[in-house]
Amino acid sequence: MSATSTLHPPGRLARFARLCWRRKAASAGALITLLMLLVAIFAPWIAPHDPNEQDILSRMAGPSADYLLGNDTYGRDILSRIIWGARVSLFIGVTSIGAAMLIGGMLGVLAGYFGGKLDRLIMAVMDMLLSFPSLVMGLLVVAVLGPTTLNLIIAIAFTAIAPFARIARAPTMAVKQRDFIEAGRALGYSDLRIMAVHVLPNILDEIMVLGSLWLATAIRTEASLSFIGLGVRPPTATWGGMIRDGFENMLDAPGLVIYPSIAILIIMVALNLLGDGLRDATDPKLRHE
Amino acid sequence: MNNPTQRPILSVENLTTEFRISGQWHPAIRDLSFQVQPNETLAIVGESGCGKSITALSIMQLINKSQGRIAHGRIEFDGRDLTACSEREMEAVRGDALAMIFQEPMTSLNPVMTIGFQIAEAVRYHRPVSKREANKRALELLEMVKIPSAARRFDDYPHQFSGGMRQRVMIAMALACEPKLLLADEPTTALDVTIQVQILALLADLKETKQMGMVFITHNLGVVASIADRVAVMYGGRIIEEADVVSLFEHPTHPYTEALLKSMPRVDQPRTALHPIAGQVPPITTDMPGCRYADRCPLREARCDVSVPPLTPVAGATGHRVRCWVRAPSPMLEAVAS
Amino acid sequence: MLIYALKRLLVAIPTLLGVLTIVFFLVRVAPGDPAIVILGESASQQAIEQLRQQLGLDQPLLNQYFDFMTSILRGDFGRSMISNQPVLQEVWRVLPYTIELTLAAILVGIVLGLPLGVIAARYRNTWIDFSIRFFSLLGLSFPAFISAILLLLAFSIELPWFPVIGEASYADPLKRASALVLPALNLGLIMVAYITRVTRSSMLTVISEDYIRTARAKGVPARVVVWRHTLRNALIPIVTVIGLYLGVLIGNSVLTEMVFNRPGLGKLIVIALNSRDYTTLQAMLVIYAMVIVLANLLTDLLYGVIDPKVRNQ
Repeated sequence: MSATSTLHPPGRLARFARLCWRRKAASAGALITLLMLLVAIFAPWIAPHDPNEQDILSRMAGPSADYLLGNDTYGRDILSRIIWGARVSLFIGVTSIGAAMLIGGMLGVLAGYFGGKLDRLIMAVMDMLLSFPSLVMGLLVVAVLGPTTLNLIIAIAFTAIAPFARIARAPTMAVKQRDFIEAGRALGYSDLRIMAVHVLPNILDEIMVLGSLWLATAIRTEASLSFIGLGVRPPTATWGGMIRDGFENMLDAPGLVIYPSIAILIIMVALNLLGDGLRDATDPKLRHE
Repeated sequence: MNNPTQRPILSVENLTTEFRISGQWHPAIRDLSFQVQPNETLAIVGESGCGKSITALSIMQLINKSQGRIAHGRIEFDGRDLTACSEREMEAVRGDALAMIFQEPMTSLNPVMTIGFQIAEAVRYHRPVSKREANKRALELLEMVKIPSAARRFDDYPHQFSGGMRQRVMIAMALACEPKLLLADEPTTALDVTIQVQILALLADLKETKQMGMVFITHNLGVVASIADRVAVMYGGRIIEEADVVSLFEHPTHPYTEALLKSMPRVDQPRTALHPIAGQVPPITTDMPGCRYADRCPLREARCDVSVPPLTPVAGATGHRVRCWVRAPSPMLEAVAS
Repeated sequence: MLIYALKRLLVAIPTLLGVLTIVFFLVRVAPGDPAIVILGESASQQAIEQLRQQLGLDQPLLNQYFDFMTSILRGDFGRSMISNQPVLQEVWRVLPYTIELTLAAILVGIVLGLPLGVIAARYRNTWIDFSIRFFSLLGLSFPAFISAILLLLAFSIELPWFPVIGEASYADPLKRASALVLPALNLGLIMVAYITRVTRSSMLTVISEDYIRTARAKGVPARVVVWRHTLRNALIPIVTVIGLYLGVLIGNSVLTEMVFNRPGLGKLIVIALNSRDYTTLQAMLVIYAMVIVLANLLTDLLYGVIDPKVRNQ
């Protein structure tokens, strides 16, 4: 930051608010994400009803004492379906991004560490992958392989590998050039050990940031694919699928669409807040604000 | 030389500029006072961190408001107090009567605009001329700073020029509206030695032909000798010695000035050991009630840590002042200060 | 500039061929025989063989590849299995819809996102900045189909300002334009969010550069410094982002077209997927690939316009 600038000076109150915003927003994001995870994990015990149990008499009923958020077109409890839907979304999201982190991270480290032809090859493939948007890639893979949970995970992981590879590569190259790496190799340390012990901690920060932001993308892609009809097959409850079913009857029972939408929104906002907060916290340039 | 009774083009009085570090305000320059006569070249010398660049930026009112502020002081330029000027009034002054050139020519020009445009811009914001007239003037300026094939290079972009050339462009831009005072913040520091000489020669030449005062900021005493009329040595945010250039080199009075001169490696004298100055400049966050050079000074006495010595005239020399209890004691003032 | 443009064009061609090759292999890597998938397990062996012949699946792989590439070059994208019409014909019919939607969305993104980003940077760390950043976060958090549904509910159903069905001919320009508004806003929303963010951070980076200080030292008015000197340099990363997220835009257009019942390439691909229209699917993927390569090329060309260093290489 130079000594001269045309920026507006922040007032005292605004500065304080910013501090609160950064820490509180990120913490709020983390908290909400954690809550969602718990809901997903403990779904069988939390959900008041079986998500697939149909109560035809209560078709498209509004909220009631027994069914807190009302019923869908088959009379199933919306609340329970949302809770179980969290399971699907979060499971798919976490596994796909976890896989992408591992595979992408590994590829990036390999490319950065060994350089040369391997680097160019890996990066060329990554660049080609990058030019495909998540949703289209997801469509492609699911269309080709069929809409099962595993395939959805593969589809989404596929789209996320390239960014993680990119982000793992640059710090690896930087670390590799440092002197103590030479010393380590002279001592006979294997490449693997060097990569694990020295390179890894340096890229962890960035990977965490990217991970939260991509988890949001993963959940969004899963929901979008379910909405198109290429998600996990019904009658399994998925948020996107619920919205798809509810879309037809939106005018009569808006709840069918609104409640799952809110669920999606909450987790997306939470993850974005978390990702942004993590990024601000780890960005060296922003440390002295 | 200059008529001493004529009004100085720049008169800085008790200027203090502070910066906020970790929530606290710390002065980078403290109670700075100096004057520049019209057509005079004042060199401000000092190590990195002594506040010389901040001085120039403060005069131009270019200190980033979210990081620093002018705590108090008066900056009188050509009859107006710049500290009392609004931003709009300052915009009219900057680039017109008061101009500045910077240290890093490689990054100081806008990469997406042609240099011709950037120079003409300086003219158009201060004079009611047409675009064509501004371009003509810009071309004249390019020739004045001796850019070869100026007409052809008018539409070139900064990245097509070398460092020395870019600095010439900067000078052309600064001189576009015939400023009364030019602030030059280490304009040659980032250039090769041979280019340095060229730029200095150019500046000296322009100084002669234009009626222009100059404040030349540098850490290089050799440059000072070749271009300055008067010199002010800064340390720890204060001027600790000021004199005309001959007097400073012949009779350096402040221990710091002495040490600076001694530490310069000389090729014209038999080889001796290098004499660096021991210790380090205290950071601006450190508060010291006394002289800030005390902990590195071989002449240190008890009273040096107690209070800051005032700028006192050196006996037997006109216009030569020093801020030192030991070298320029003034008993009466000492009693007042403590 | 011309040389630069030609160079980029030359690079784009092998990229396109590479991408087409990937599409080819991707479609054929599907487990199971496409003919069986289309006709069903209970179809007769004869029917399956006939279909395989029709689809050219009985040829050796290399021949298939060759046929594939040459027919694309000839402009023959095959016929739809459902309607038996040439796929290209279907595509031509809906292409204008997709193009106008994409362009409108980008326009919305730039017209709203750029100024918001500049303002957020100018008034950094004030309430204005916070609100803008919060709203851009919200914009990112809405999956395209949800925002589409909300817009539809609000402005087509509750307040009947805009038509519910997105199809109209150019003969009725007003109707066509009003059918474009909500989908363009919906698709543009994500662009606005991305563009606001990158504009803000890019402006903040540029504004602390030395040459901005020089501009101020010249006495250039603050407003001009921000909007001309700073923004023009800030554009480079902004264009990068627009280019990057063009792909996301294409993806989301599928969702927008579904919700707003608008004809377009996205809808075509979904229909092809659901009805297992093998040839249409393949053709659509090829077209998508070409569009993406084209978008990247355009982005590169735009760099040449904005950044003099790039074009004078």
